[in-house]
Amino acid sequence: MNPTLPVGADYVRILPEIVLSIFGMAIMVLDPLVDEKKSQQLLGGLGLIGTLAGLVSTWIMAQSPGFAFWNMVQVDGFSVFFHVLVIAIALVLILTSYEYMAVQQLRAGEYYGLILFGLVGMCLMSSAVELVLIFISLEISSISTYILAGFRRRSATSSESSLKYFLLGSFATAFFLYGVAMMFGATGSTNIDAISAALNSGKVPLLAYVAMALMFVGLGFKVAAAPFHIWTPDVYEGAPAPVVGFMSTAPKAAAFAVLLRIIFEANAPGRFWLIWLSAVLSMTLGNVAALVQDNVKRLLAYSSIAHAGYILVAFAAKPELGAPAVMFYTAAYAAMNVGAFAVVSHLANENERYVTLENYAGLGRSSPILAGTLTIFLISLIGIPITGGFFAKFYVFSAALQSNLVWLTIIGVINSAIGAYYYLKIIVVMYMREAREEVPVLPIPLALRAALALTLAATVYLGVVPGRMLTFVQQSAQQLLQAEHTSAREQVGNAAVPRATQ
Amino acid sequence: MVPVSYYLILSGILFSCGVIGFLIKRNIITIFISIELMLNGVNLSFVAFAAQWQHLSGQVFVFFVMVVAAAEATVGLAIIIAVFRTRETLNVDHVNLLKL
Repeated sequence: MNPTLPVGADYVRILPEIVLSIFGMAIMVLDPLVDEKKSQQLLGGLGLIGTLAGLVSTWIMAQSPGFAFWNMVQVDGFSVFFHVLVIAIALVLILTSYEYMAVQQLRAGEYYGLILFGLVGMCLMSSAVELVLIFISLEISSISTYILAGFRRRSATSSESSLKYFLLGSFATAFFLYGVAMMFGATGSTNIDAISAALNSGKVPLLAYVAMALMFVGLGFKVAAAPFHIWTPDVYEGAPAPVVGFMSTAPKAAAFAVLLRIIFEANAPGRFWLIWLSAVLSMTLGNVAALVQDNVKRLLAYSSIAHAGYILVAFAAKPELGAPAVMFYTAAYAAMNVGAFAVVSHLANENERYVTLENYAGLGRSSPILAGTLTIFLISLIGIPITGGFFAKFYVFSAALQSNLVWLTIIGVINSAIGAYYYLKIIVVMYMREAREEVPVLPIPLALRAALALTLAATVYLGVVPGRMLTFVQQSAQQLLQAEHTSAREQVGNAAVPRATQ
Repeated sequence: MVPVSYYLILSGILFSCGVIGFLIKRNIITIFISIELMLNGVNLSFVAFAAQWQHLSGQVFVFFVMVVAAAEATVGLAIIIAVFRTRETLNVDHVNLLKL
């Protein structure tokens, strides 16, 4: 490989990112040219085509696995999995947003552009194997979501949520960055494979432990794990409902992908108690706080903290068992949570007026379809069989048990039982309680129907026939865990980074 | 020559100043500047480590951090203006519609 110029295969390995950026820029350029009334359909449609093109180009990318751009990007089953996941989430988000944006009377253009730009960051996060690139893609995804959170610009709550997300997000990024600096200091490299080689060859310097802890703070914030979860309920309450569905799943999935790479591929030192503690705190704080919420968005925010805790349980397990469990869980959680937020954003109506639990009373009668679909998503969030949530929890807890994490499993199962209470509370309110005030339910437009059908199909599919998905995640997790040995050797072969001494 | 550890200690102090500023200051702009201070503390340690390892990638990282910090500043200031328009205050204690 020529060390100075990228070759054609390099570009194929970042093809989805290129395609998504092109569509994002096209939307930004067309935005001022298009008539405001038509912009919704036209630019939204363009965004939709963009995500579909992203999926197709992911398939093309998957045909040429390997490294690109001097060991900065790695295409394997693992990165393909997360590419497909985040792009699919964005596709459903765009379908949900059509109606939402029209109801809220928001200008559409930038919104779809920002979704695609954020997507570029998240896709890169899943294939980056270099801390520089991880940092940049983390920021691409974060900056887009900061703006998306404040998109209901005229609403005071939305801009407040955006401000909180931005300030705490940058605060956490600084910690992550400090961790990267320390890791560079401890190992002399920012490449995950080289770091892994340095950490597994003898005595681990103290600096590496500090680096690990600081990086975990930064990523823990992104996945909303306790004790770095304080921002979550506020931001989720104020941000536009479809965006919440998006940012509680896609950036989180990408951040989990980064965590998987850093923790498992680099075989990070001293991670166990860090993760153990964070998992227990997230599950417990999330579930207990969710019990007393009466705002549905806030309730789902606390539930998302709890789910981050369940996923962290798998991180404490043995790598070969934990990694596939994490991947399965993020997929199942994405399907059910995006679906639930699609229903919430449809019911929210103008200015997001109807988002309290009280407004859901009598929904079973006024709109059986919406109530029925929301019920299935909630059942899946509880983890009842024939839904994706059940197998997701099952694999996480069985991975933990097989790694002899008995206490963690017990705490997790108790927490699932607590969690069942507040999800069931929503179902009970929908079907058993009479509506006190009239809550108008708008007719369900075609795009939203498609979004609900997709998420519902995914939730049930993962719950009924999880076999294929499971084989796939196991294979790609294996590739992830084996990767360090092959590429560390490749690294020596072509030292791409110029050294100051040369 | 000044030893590398001096730079690292200074970068630690800068970073801690940023963290403390973030936690105790109430003006949004000042909080924002504190974050920049943290990032610059990190930059200093990158350069120091780059000198220690005789490896350019640490210095290259600093450029990326600067660019990203500038992008973040743009978005951050826009968000601050949006908040100011709806609330007419820059004190975080008054930006409290959502309970924390």
